[in-house]
Amino acid sequence: YAWDANEEYLFKAMVAFAMRRYSSKSTTQISNVLLCNVTDRVSFWFVVTDSSKNVTTVPGSEVEAAIRMNRNRINSAFLLSDKTLQFLKITSTLSPPVEPSTPVWLIVFGVVLCLIVAGIVLLIVSGIQKHKKKNKESTERENLEEKVEVTLENGIPCEALDLKAGHINGVYAADDERFTSL
Amino acid sequence: LSATPEIPKEDGRPKWDNKFQYILSCIGFAVGLGNVWRFPYLCQIHGGGAFLIPYFIALLFEGIPLLHLELALGQCLRKGSIGAWNTISPYLGGVGVGSWVVSVLVSLYYNTVLTWVMWYFINSFQEPLPWSVCPLNENRTGFNEECYESTAVNYFWYRKTLNITPDISESGTLQWWLILCLATCWAIVYLCTIRGIETTGKAIYVTAIFPYLVLTIFLIQGLTLPGATDGLIYLFTPNLNTLKNPRVWLDAATQIFFSLSLAFGGLIAFASYNPTKNDCEKDAVTVAIVNSMTSLYASIPVFSVLGFKATTAYWDCLDRNIISITNEFDLPEESIMRQNYTSWISFLNSSYPEKIAGLKLKSCNLQEFLDQSVSGTGLAFIVFTQAIILMPGSQAWAILFFIMLFSLGLSSMFGNIEGVFTPLLELRIISKSAPKELLSGIICLISFLIALCFTLGSGSYWIDIFDRYAGSVPLLVIAFFEVIGVAYIYKIKRFSKDVEWMTGRKLNLYWHSTWRFISPLLLLIVFMAFVTLQMQKPPSYTAWNPKYEGFPMKEEKVYPPWVQAICVLLAALPCVCVPLVALFHLVKQKRRSKDPSFVPPEVFSCQGVNS
Repeated sequence: YAWDANEEYLFKAMVAFAMRRYSSKSTTQISNVLLCNVTDRVSFWFVVTDSSKNVTTVPGSEVEAAIRMNRNRINSAFLLSDKTLQFLKITSTLSPPVEPSTPVWLIVFGVVLCLIVAGIVLLIVSGIQKHKKKNKESTERENLEEKVEVTLENGIPCEALDLKAGHINGVYAADDERFTSL
Repeated sequence: LSATPEIPKEDGRPKWDNKFQYILSCIGFAVGLGNVWRFPYLCQIHGGGAFLIPYFIALLFEGIPLLHLELALGQCLRKGSIGAWNTISPYLGGVGVGSWVVSVLVSLYYNTVLTWVMWYFINSFQEPLPWSVCPLNENRTGFNEECYESTAVNYFWYRKTLNITPDISESGTLQWWLILCLATCWAIVYLCTIRGIETTGKAIYVTAIFPYLVLTIFLIQGLTLPGATDGLIYLFTPNLNTLKNPRVWLDAATQIFFSLSLAFGGLIAFASYNPTKNDCEKDAVTVAIVNSMTSLYASIPVFSVLGFKATTAYWDCLDRNIISITNEFDLPEESIMRQNYTSWISFLNSSYPEKIAGLKLKSCNLQEFLDQSVSGTGLAFIVFTQAIILMPGSQAWAILFFIMLFSLGLSSMFGNIEGVFTPLLELRIISKSAPKELLSGIICLISFLIALCFTLGSGSYWIDIFDRYAGSVPLLVIAFFEVIGVAYIYKIKRFSKDVEWMTGRKLNLYWHSTWRFISPLLLLIVFMAFVTLQMQKPPSYTAWNPKYEGFPMKEEKVYPPWVQAICVLLAALPCVCVPLVALFHLVKQKRRSKDPSFVPPEVFSCQGVNS
């Protein structure tokens, strides 16, 4: 928006409002605020006069304190901020950044850590289960092999009997011949 | 157990689920943080596109041959680094021990870098990002002084994350938030390496592929940012004059070498889980080319973002000057714009020179902002985080960026841990009945406890030391002995027969010439040049000291003697393993040769493993 006489009027009104709130005297009028040296930059000097005390100016420190107290009201009246509406010699108190009660990062950290611990526990447990199963299987297999050996181990393995260590008894062979002569 | 000659003997060694897993693991090991934050920096300071010439020459004559050597070695001998080198020749066992020591040292500090990445990651979920605003001082009239003098991102990095001490001899205290993140990182590493390649093989699908996705997203986003093209032009404009500087060639050779993660023993370990009849030649070429292409691909979004950041800084500089001029001369609002700034300045300078001089305007030069190049942690945690604040939707970008860095680092950690784990498993440190999970747990626990030193106030200085001394010179030495050992002690004829048996093709002249002459020579030259350059000035470091006059510039300090001794120890420890083990074996051999019943071991051959 352009800076014209209406805006100047609003400014005077805001300063008067600030003075009224600060000193809680209802005597400050808009006519008490004087602007001078208005430039195109939109920068100017202003003084506040005190009509009750013979047209003297209110001390600068009072004006500063008044404006500091009502800074945000003045800013919002002009839709500006501390940076865009500067009062030279009045430093603004800065608002601290919003801090939640628990730092957010701890929450995220907690989530990540829980997931990881769950994963590790899962893997370890499945590893132990696999290990137990493998042990059980290998002991079963060992038992099976022993049994097989036991059936073979009648002193001599069966196959060996047929091929190597046995004799064919000639008596039985001769008996067979007698029976088949019919 | 009788078997027909065609079926290889089952030796119970774990193996990859498929070939893709193996290739992906090698690529993930090679592609690490250095591809993102070191290669673009080197490209920038060494004349942009012209740097690619020494880079590709080094790749051809140093990178690919050494990579092929390691992969072929591991695949043929089917053992980790210590076992493999012991089999080649007991005198060369020290090479394996040396790589194992380097892997241990690097694993320790590399995971701490990942701790920082994780810390930034979990802090990225806040609105606004914690590194975008300065905290206030006590009476709330201004900002914290240290933060105000430097920038909010610097403050968050040096104070809130590292809580850095002004000097390396002041250790400071343990930072509890970093300890928590360190524990988490080691827990993640344990989770992924718990059963060796059975688990890393599954994890690698995510950690190796995800960074490419994020890089693509950043590429698209980066190219749409204002000022991106300035950054890219600046990066890729070739300046062929820089090639006359030998420093450029040295940087190219060392970058290729360290980028491919050679001489760590991790590649040998990965290849040892392969079936022997595998084309290692093609694998080596694939991995090397993918690694280099990734470096190039990563530099595009990095430089788009840096160009954006430089442009924004330039505009801020201009805007600040414009405000002071408008205030001084009481000109109407928006009379001076960025476009007509220069004409206004010249006009005002001629008419009111004293007033202009009184304003103390900073000269705004886009080139100067582009020239501010950083590499390493500075790029990721200071420069990039600052650029991310300026982008719309900064939380999402920050989260993506830090997950990408974490995946890149994690896949490299797998290779490092594998280089430590496989030889220990073969040496049978723990009994065979004890599960693998126990060994990996012990490794991770011990590493975590030792790495607690890096969470002290002076931790980041120590990490720089480890990076500069343990992760550089010993690797060159070990790689040199690797090539010499295979080419001249194992004899290239035997090795070429082995490789022929594995790949099914004869080795061509390229491999013969590089393995026999070019690579060892190149390594020797690089090693000497590297050492000479390090020796030229006393080892120094830059410290962050808020009480320094030149603050926020970092203070240049020299290492105290006890720290220098540690540096020498770190560099010498892996190298000294090579002669020590050779000596030890020589003594054992002399004692054994006096024994009449001693039979010399038979000559080893790759095909002998399977027939």
